[in-house]
Amino acid sequence: MMSKTDADIRFGNPAELHGAKVQIPYLITEKNTFKRMDDEDKQETQSPTMSPLASPPSSPPHYQRVPLSHGYSKLRSSTEQMHPAPYEARQPLVQPEGPSSGAPGAKPPRHQASLIRSFSVEREPHDNNSNYPDEPWRITEEQREYYVNQFRSLQPDPSSFISGSVAKNFFTKSKLSIPELSYIWELSDADCDGALTLPEFCAAFHLIVARKNGYPLPEGLPPTLQPEYLQAAFPKPKRECTLFDSYSESMPANQQPRDLNRMEKLSIKDMADFPVPAQDVTSDDKQEQNKTRLEQNKIRLALKSTADEALPKDMSEDPATSKDSNSLKARPRSRSYSSTSIEEAMKRGEDPPTPPPRPQKTHSRASSLDLNKVFQPSVPATKSGLLPPPPALPPRPCPSQMRKLKHTGLSKSAKISHHNVNSECSAQPKPPTQLPNFGDFRLQKQSEQASEAEIHPQLNRAPSQAADSSPTKKDIPYSQPPSKPIRRKLRPENPAPESQEPSSTVGGAASAVTGKPHTAVQKQSSKQKKAIQTAIRKNKEANAVLARLNSELQQQLKEVHQERIALENQLEQLRPVTVL
Amino acid sequence: MAVCVAVIAKENYPLYIRSIPTENELKFHYMVHTSLDVVDEKISAMGKALVDQRELYLGLLYPTEDYKVYGYVTNSKVKFVMVVDSSNTALRDNEIRSMFRKLHNSYTDVMCNPFYNPGDHIQSRAFDSMVTSMMIQVC
Repeated sequence: MMSKTDADIRFGNPAELHGAKVQIPYLITEKNTFKRMDDEDKQETQSPTMSPLASPPSSPPHYQRVPLSHGYSKLRSSTEQMHPAPYEARQPLVQPEGPSSGAPGAKPPRHQASLIRSFSVEREPHDNNSNYPDEPWRITEEQREYYVNQFRSLQPDPSSFISGSVAKNFFTKSKLSIPELSYIWELSDADCDGALTLPEFCAAFHLIVARKNGYPLPEGLPPTLQPEYLQAAFPKPKRECTLFDSYSESMPANQQPRDLNRMEKLSIKDMADFPVPAQDVTSDDKQEQNKTRLEQNKIRLALKSTADEALPKDMSEDPATSKDSNSLKARPRSRSYSSTSIEEAMKRGEDPPTPPPRPQKTHSRASSLDLNKVFQPSVPATKSGLLPPPPALPPRPCPSQMRKLKHTGLSKSAKISHHNVNSECSAQPKPPTQLPNFGDFRLQKQSEQASEAEIHPQLNRAPSQAADSSPTKKDIPYSQPPSKPIRRKLRPENPAPESQEPSSTVGGAASAVTGKPHTAVQKQSSKQKKAIQTAIRKNKEANAVLARLNSELQQQLKEVHQERIALENQLEQLRPVTVL
Repeated sequence: MAVCVAVIAKENYPLYIRSIPTENELKFHYMVHTSLDVVDEKISAMGKALVDQRELYLGLLYPTEDYKVYGYVTNSKVKFVMVVDSSNTALRDNEIRSMFRKLHNSYTDVMCNPFYNPGDHIQSRAFDSMVTSMMIQVC
């Protein structure tokens, strides 16, 4: 009882609406009760307990007039208000409430008419939106109705959303420029998911309409066009049995659970309550009942077709649709937000596990050309893996031997070199014989098969020549530089030292010549290289032998020189004797 | 913190470029253009690794005497380039990363707009305001 009075106090202003609307929902309830006459007996006992919670359909229009914050309480208050009506004389209630508000006076008949016409119409009296002064951005009922119908034309399920392409095609018909449409979309698609829910669609449509009428587009979405606001406006008709089908999609996430429960309870209790008021009316005030019945008859016929169909369907569908809309709305929102959060998480997740791969290392600027060149020869080096080590071994003993020979022979060879060339005839055949050796070496490189055969004759010739002729100056000096080029060329190129080693045996003069066949050697197969290796080894052996021979011959040279000097001295000594 | 922000499409033409000291715009445009080479280099350096493994944030592309250039690539090969004043030493890597993340989010919001044709110049006011917020911090 107290609640009833409270409700009366709270909603004194819109009471007139109630007065008028009370009858309508009351009629509706009565209509429902007529449907459920069967359950009257059963529900009679239940009615007193459930009656306070019943929410006659008039509550939604009542909610329109009250700020949204009172939504939940409104429902109760309105229901309670409704209930006293059957129990008490509604007329006395209506009368005091009626003159209290003059403004809504014109609305009830309009509302009735609109209700009769279509239950999708919902007015938003200015009292409701007194918090928001943005008049041009407020959606009127007719506009909303129109928007909703348009939405339905694009998407039959009001709880679902319109895809971006569909909306684009639709809004392009408005003949606004693409940048403006893009901006309108940016404003209206709050969750940026590329799709429009009903409130978003209404906001977008309203912005287009405003723009077409000359209003400049706002910098930000006006509060009356915010989807939350629009969604909050929607649940009012939801509670109306007649308005379910039009506003089923509009359950806001926050209020939806409550509304759901509310609706479920209402749905259950409506069934129970309908017979109650009917009975109460009949029991309490027959006059009232007569009047209401007359009005009922008038309205019932109008309401029957829509409400009857709407009621059971909507009652059952509404929780489902609201849940679906909840989930659907949650999905795009979660999609968009989770996508960003996932993106962020992925980005964050990417950061720790995969640290930035220090690009400077891979940066080509850091890499020098030398390295590139280094890597290139290393490849062929790896290919001929066996080749590098073997060539390394022979040069070691050779240079050591060469150096030893150098010490002994170089000094003498430097002194005697000229003499050797001039005096000793035996040296002469050697160089020419050795030249063919050079030629043989060249030929050897060009044709690897002949190399082995040539090496043997070389070896044979070398000892024979060594015995006869003096050591050639060329061998020793050439022995040194060849070792150096061997080492030098071992590092950068392996094929080069291979080809140069045979050249080292020939001499430095021939090394330049051998440079040309190097390329030819490099291109040869590995078998040929191995053959060359063996030839090289043999040549080096021949080198060593020849070097020894050289040293021995030089010693012999010295001895011979000394003998010659001694003989000459003797000659000179003997001459003066003969001269006498 | 940024002095210049640029969004470059996959085909290496600018979708959006904006710099704070407007008188030196050409210089910044040139810096962004040269940075594209570095970006491509880094992408190719990642090589045949899967796109998933590739880091979106490329980091410091190259420093000049006055500015540092940072890069970021999306999975659709859209590049974000940011030029930062070198004197702003307080700017850490994490901040740059967060700025790129914001850029990426705003960019996806722009893409969600059905009226935006991919490849058009970005004219979204929300994107503009976000970039302004990033750049105004310098001042």
